[in-house]
Amino acid sequence: MDLLVVLSFEALKAVASLALISVGLAIIFGMMRVINLAHGEFLMLGGYAAIVATKAGINIWIATLLVSPLVVGLIGVVIERTIIRFLYGRPRDTMLATWGLSLLLVGLATTVFGNTTEGISAPAGSLQIGDYRIAAYSLIIIVIAIAVFAAIWAVFRFTRYGLIARSTMQNADMAAALGVNPSRVYAVTFGVGAGLAGLAGGVMAPITGIVPTIGAAYVAKAFITVIGGGPAILAGTVSASVMFGAIDQIITYLSTPVIGEVALLVAAVVLLRFMPQGITGRFFRRAA
Amino acid sequence: MTANWQGNGGLVAATVLGLVLLLALPQIVDPVMMIELTSYVIMAILALSLGLIWGYGGILCFGQSAFFGIGAYAYAIAVINFGDSTVPLLLSIVVPGLFAALLGYFLFYARITDVYFGVITLTVTLILYKVMGATSGSQYVIGAAPLGGYNGIPAVPPLNFPGRPDVALSFDGLFYLSGLTLLAVYVGLRLMLKSRFGQVVVAIRENERRAELLGYDARFYKLATFTIGGAIAGLAGCLFANWGMFISPDVFGLAQSAQVIIWVIVGGTGTLLGPIVGCFAIQWIATKLGAQQLLNANLVLGTILIGFVLLVPKGVVPTVGDAFRRLKFRPYVAPLVEQRRVP
Repeated sequence: MDLLVVLSFEALKAVASLALISVGLAIIFGMMRVINLAHGEFLMLGGYAAIVATKAGINIWIATLLVSPLVVGLIGVVIERTIIRFLYGRPRDTMLATWGLSLLLVGLATTVFGNTTEGISAPAGSLQIGDYRIAAYSLIIIVIAIAVFAAIWAVFRFTRYGLIARSTMQNADMAAALGVNPSRVYAVTFGVGAGLAGLAGGVMAPITGIVPTIGAAYVAKAFITVIGGGPAILAGTVSASVMFGAIDQIITYLSTPVIGEVALLVAAVVLLRFMPQGITGRFFRRAA
Repeated sequence: MTANWQGNGGLVAATVLGLVLLLALPQIVDPVMMIELTSYVIMAILALSLGLIWGYGGILCFGQSAFFGIGAYAYAIAVINFGDSTVPLLLSIVVPGLFAALLGYFLFYARITDVYFGVITLTVTLILYKVMGATSGSQYVIGAAPLGGYNGIPAVPPLNFPGRPDVALSFDGLFYLSGLTLLAVYVGLRLMLKSRFGQVVVAIRENERRAELLGYDARFYKLATFTIGGAIAGLAGCLFANWGMFISPDVFGLAQSAQVIIWVIVGGTGTLLGPIVGCFAIQWIATKLGAQQLLNANLVLGTILIGFVLLVPKGVVPTVGDAFRRLKFRPYVAPLVEQRRVP
C-alpha cells in the first residue's frame, strides 16, 4: 500500500515535471506556430539564472520563482525582436534559426560558465510515507505545476492581455484593425513562453544541476509532449503529460530510465500515426 | 528524361574533375591534412544524403545523423563478430535503410506536417544517443562486440578485400574508397533525379497535392526517398567508423545533427553540389576553430546558421548560381507548406 502511494506520487511528479517543462514551448507553438528548438536552452538559462541569483545571496524561492522567469522572459523578448519576427509564416526557417540560436546559447553558456555542472541544493527536506521517504521538493514541483497551469488559464481567460493575445492569434489583421499592435502582442507572448521555460528551468535546477548542454535532455521530451498534445495548449499539454508521464514512469519502474524514454518516443510516434493532430485535435476540438 | 546534352555534359565534367582531384590531392596535400580531408569526404557523403532528402524530397529531416550512426554501429558490431567486412559493409547500408523505412512508414503515412517530421526525427536521434550511452555494462554485448556506453566501441577493424580478412584497407586506400564513393553517390543521385522516379520526387516537393491528383502516391515516393537517403547516410557511417576505427554515441548527438543541417543550408538546398561545398567549407572552419580557444565552436556554428537563415536562405551555391545565370530557370524555391496567415 505504501509502495503504491509512493509510486503514484512519483508518477504524479513525472507528469508535473513534464507539463512544467513543456508549457512554455506549448504556448509559443500553440499561439504563434513557432517551433522553438532553443526551448531546451531557455530552460538552461533559467537554471543558470536561479543558480547565479542564489549564489549572489538571493533567497532560493525568489531566485527560482521570480528571477528565472523574468530574466529568461526578457531574453525571449529580445530574441523575438531580433530574430523570430523576421520569420513569421516560415515554419521551416524558424526551426532552423532557433536551432542556430540553441547552438549559440550553448556556446555562450560554455564560454561564460564553463563546461562543468553547477548546482544548488534543493530546499525542503523529505516526507515519510510508511517505510518510504520521498523528497518534499517533488511535492513542491507538483504544486508549482498546478499553480502555473491555473495562472495561465486565468490570464488567457480573464485578463485584457489574454483576450488581446487570443484575438491576435485568431486573426491578426482584424485585431490590428481594432487598434491592437500585433507585433507587440507577439513579442510579449514569446516572452511569456520563454519566461515559463525559464521558470521550469529554475524549478528543475536543484534536482538536475545545470550544464550548458542540459537543454538536449529536456527538449526531446518537451517536443513529444507538445506534438502529442495537439492544438489545445493547456488541455493538450496536460493530457499528453499525463499519458507520456505515466508511460515513462511505469516503464522506468519496470526497467531503466532510458528504456522509459524510448517507450515515450515509441508511444508518441505510434500515437501520431493514428492521431496526426494530437490528442486534443482528435477528442476535443474546441478546447482552449 | 529527355536527352539533356548540357546536363549530361556537366555531369561528365563533374565526374572527370572529381577523379582528377581524387588522384591529385594525395600527391600535393601533406599527410596530416589528408587525414582531415578523408573525414571531410566521408561527411560530404552524409551531407549528400540530406541534400537528397531535404533539397529534392522536400522532407525536413533533422535526424540524419541517426542513420549515419546506425550505419556506423551496424558495421562495427558486425565486423567484430564476422571478421570479414563484406557482409558488415552491406549491413551498414541495409540496417539504416530499414530503420528509415520503418520510421518513415509511421510518419509519412500519418501525413504529419514536415515541421513535426523535423521534430520527431530530431527526437529519435537524441534518444538513440541516450540509449547507446546507457549500454556501458558488460551485459550489453552483441555477439563478441561490447557496446561500451558513452565510451563507444574502440578498435573497429578496417574494411578488407571481399573474402580476404588479411588484406585490410590502408589509410590511403580509405581516402580513395571514400572519394570514389562520394563520386559514385553524386553521379548516382544525379542520374536518379533525371529518371522518372526522380522527376516524380521533385514534382511532389513542388506541389504535393497536384502530384497526388495526377495519380502519384506522395507517401510512397517520400518513403522511398527517405529510405535511400538513410541507406546512403549509413554507408557514410560505415566509412566514418573505418576512419576513426572507433565509434561512440556522439554520432547521435545534437551537435552532429546540427552540423549536417548547417552544411546543407550553407551550401544550398535543391542542389547536390551545395551540400558537398557546404560540408567542406564548414568542416574546414570547424577544424580551424578547434585549433584555437578563443571562440566556442557552437557559438560560431550557431551564428552561421542564424545568419544564413536570415540573410542567405537559399545557400551559397544557388545564390552564386543565380548570379551567373539569372536568365535561366529559377532554382529551388522552398515550397511554402502549411501557409498560415497567423502569425
